[in-house]
Amino acid sequence: MKCQECDATLNIPDDASVGEIISCSDCGADFEIAKKNGSVVELKQAETVGEDWGE
Amino acid sequence: MSKICIVFDRLRTEEKMLEKEALNLGHQAVMQDAKITQINTDSKKDDFDFGDVVLERCVSYFRGLHFTSCLEFMDVPVLNKFQVANLCGNKMFMTLILKKYNVPTPKTYFSFSSESASENIEKVGYPLVIKPVIGSWGRGVMQLKDKDTADALFEIRDITDSPHDRIFYLQEVINRPPRDIRVITIGDEPIAAMYRKSSGGFKTNIALGADPELCEITKEIEEISTKASKAMGGGILGIDIMEDQKRGLVVHEVNNTVEFKGLSKVSRRNIPKEMVEYALRYVRK
Repeated sequence: MKCQECDATLNIPDDASVGEIISCSDCGADFEIAKKNGSVVELKQAETVGEDWGE
Repeated sequence: MSKICIVFDRLRTEEKMLEKEALNLGHQAVMQDAKITQINTDSKKDDFDFGDVVLERCVSYFRGLHFTSCLEFMDVPVLNKFQVANLCGNKMFMTLILKKYNVPTPKTYFSFSSESASENIEKVGYPLVIKPVIGSWGRGVMQLKDKDTADALFEIRDITDSPHDRIFYLQEVINRPPRDIRVITIGDEPIAAMYRKSSGGFKTNIALGADPELCEITKEIEEISTKASKAMGGGILGIDIMEDQKRGLVVHEVNNTVEFKGLSKVSRRNIPKEMVEYALRYVRK
């Protein structure tokens, strides 16, 4: 699967789950796994860090 | 066999650890993404699969708090409870509760306009630490060492003027070693603790690069942690303690959706396992 920002190949581990964040090793863009059905993975833009994020 | 539901908005190592431990204990685990869950005023518990108990683990404080409110509306058992999350998420509410329940905590000054905050700080004197009432990972926490710094910060707050910018939370600077102590309490019992050593500045947040080092839970740490947990309403909490060279231990923060990846690396206890076990005990009560 290609990075939507820079077209580099994304490394998505086999055991990655829906909701996990995948970072592009080339440009640093973050994507969230929206759907996963076997090896078919759908990504969406990950949320950016919010003011209320944290413990 | 029981079923535990982990509500998340960003699946982090901690949530995966909780899922794994639930499965290892022979239970079922449901992972529920808060971002895609739709609830309305007619919603019932049976419309969803929230299992026997929910662990609310959203990284966004407001999302988690409001989701918890919906869960309690549907009578779904959830940790932490809404009231606990609400108190812990606001530093001013938290400090007031700690003080009310006689938990040693740094002296803190509250003002409700920049003008009043300036007057307050001139009376008290420098330095003071200013903290946003809502926020984590040490963001926006800074030492005000002189009038120029304070004036500049207050002016910025007047310009940005978000609702919480009008609340000024100013705290005494504690004379302490360059570290603090993070204790995880489960059901008011401290189960693991670590020192968080500053990586240069005065902040000791792991999120900012502080080094975790195992801390033995002494009688004093046990007592103050249990007292702080009870004051906030219990559940699963992260108690932050400083070692004041004059007064001994003081609690400066109690965290709601506690992060434990760093502490898990050094602790002898299986933290996610104990969280899952506690959640299931909590719902059986």
